Amino acid sequence: MATLAVSFFEWFGELGLFCKRLAHAILVPPYEGRELLRQLDSIGAKSLPLVAMAGAATGVVLSLQTHDSLARFGAKSMLPAVIIFSIIKESGPIITALIVSGRVGAGIGAELGSMKVTEQIDAMEVSAVDPYKFLAATRVIACMAMLPLLTVAANFCGVVMGWVSTTLAQPVSFRYFLESGLKGVTFNDYIPPTLKTAVFGLIIGVVASFQGMRTQGGTEGVGRSATSAVVICSLFVILADVLLVRLILVLFP
Amino acid sequence: MRKNEDAPIVIEDLRKSFGEQKVLNGIDLAVHSGKTLAVLGRSGTGKSVLLKLIVGLQKPDAGSIRVLGQEIAKLDPDRLNDVRKKIGFLFQSAALYDSLTVEENVAFPLARHSSMSEAERKSRARELLSAVGMESGLEKLPSQISGGMQKRVGLARALALDPVILLFDEPTAGLDPITAAEIGRLIVEQQKQRNITSVVVTHEIHSAKLFADRFVLMNEGKILADGAFEDLRKSRDTFVAEFLREAA
Repeated sequence: MATLAVSFFEWFGELGLFCKRLAHAILVPPYEGRELLRQLDSIGAKSLPLVAMAGAATGVVLSLQTHDSLARFGAKSMLPAVIIFSIIKESGPIITALIVSGRVGAGIGAELGSMKVTEQIDAMEVSAVDPYKFLAATRVIACMAMLPLLTVAANFCGVVMGWVSTTLAQPVSFRYFLESGLKGVTFNDYIPPTLKTAVFGLIIGVVASFQGMRTQGGTEGVGRSATSAVVICSLFVILADVLLVRLILVLFP
Repeated sequence: MRKNEDAPIVIEDLRKSFGEQKVLNGIDLAVHSGKTLAVLGRSGTGKSVLLKLIVGLQKPDAGSIRVLGQEIAKLDPDRLNDVRKKIGFLFQSAALYDSLTVEENVAFPLARHSSMSEAERKSRARELLSAVGMESGLEKLPSQISGGMQKRVGLARALALDPVILLFDEPTAGLDPITAAEIGRLIVEQQKQRNITSVVVTHEIHSAKLFADRFVLMNEGKILADGAFEDLRKSRDTFVAEFLREAA
């Protein structure tokens, strides 16, 4: 039990030191522009199909689940608003973050872990190139930049497929669906929940890079890093969501 | 005896432990300019740790490591990087970046530490690769070339910034005898052409004899013998005698 507690605090201590070096790497030039572009493509563009499908599935499920419930209370006309509000305020951002935690978190954990155990990170350091700048900073910035954009894509697919599912049960025009759903939507309903995903991106980038760069123990260690990156990223994203939702409700009532 | 102060690498009473295990237990060593030192010993005796300490990848517990007149453990990251630009390191596994092609691997340090244009970097990378016998397959990824070729590319990358010190971690380990001899010859050739000070960590005496002028034999974190190969053979230490007999 005592060993577990020591490991727990040791992990947070190491994460703190990692964040300090990472902040220095992000803020102090020179910047690794070309590698950042590569990461924006790898993390953003290559996650798009998966995120879009997850968003679409969420829209369909929301439509199917809420249709009957609202019909029971005689509130079927509220269906577009319920779908759109659910997606843009919570489902879209959290589904996107969890999908990216799985795909990108595992990818970064495994890639950096593999570089660590094959001494590629040491080789980079010996070449007088800061691996925190080249490897970690570029991935963290790319995650932070791409999460809100991927969330917009997931929201869009969710709303469109929510309408498709609704209209299959009871035909309704897309224009009416949107007008009816967006009637009460304000800036506070859309922008803060979308931008909060940048914090999720920060968590995913930092935790996955940290887990990858502290890998030990050969290929088995790489597997452990990839798995732990996904588990910790997902857990921290959910915990951060609780705090951020509360914060958004206070700041943007 | 030349003064150690002038030597590019001077190590005094170096100690390093991992937990309870004392890996280096009071190492004193100086490598003089243009000379090649071979560090011999069984696996797990701290030879690779010694190289990582020289280049600042690990911090010593006690003792001093002066490289090109700088106390490595006390340098801030920027000054440490200035020293590292003058050191080439060939890793045991070659440690090529697996997302970059052979040519990009060699051009990687040049892209960050030289004012060369992309065309000039490409030309310099090709020149270095040609010097180590890699004329073709430059667009291949490291996973698509053999272990021997990876070592050649690793050597070309280590030479990219015209280092004054070269560190080799088991440069011929895991290679067939012919390829190992080729890599050995390449190392000697490059050292002679460039007058580089080198430290070669190995447990293969035959390879070490190809490129080293001086040998140290380590065991349990200490240096048991230090001198020319003949001096090692004359040593009365039982471990030294046994190591040389088994290696032969």
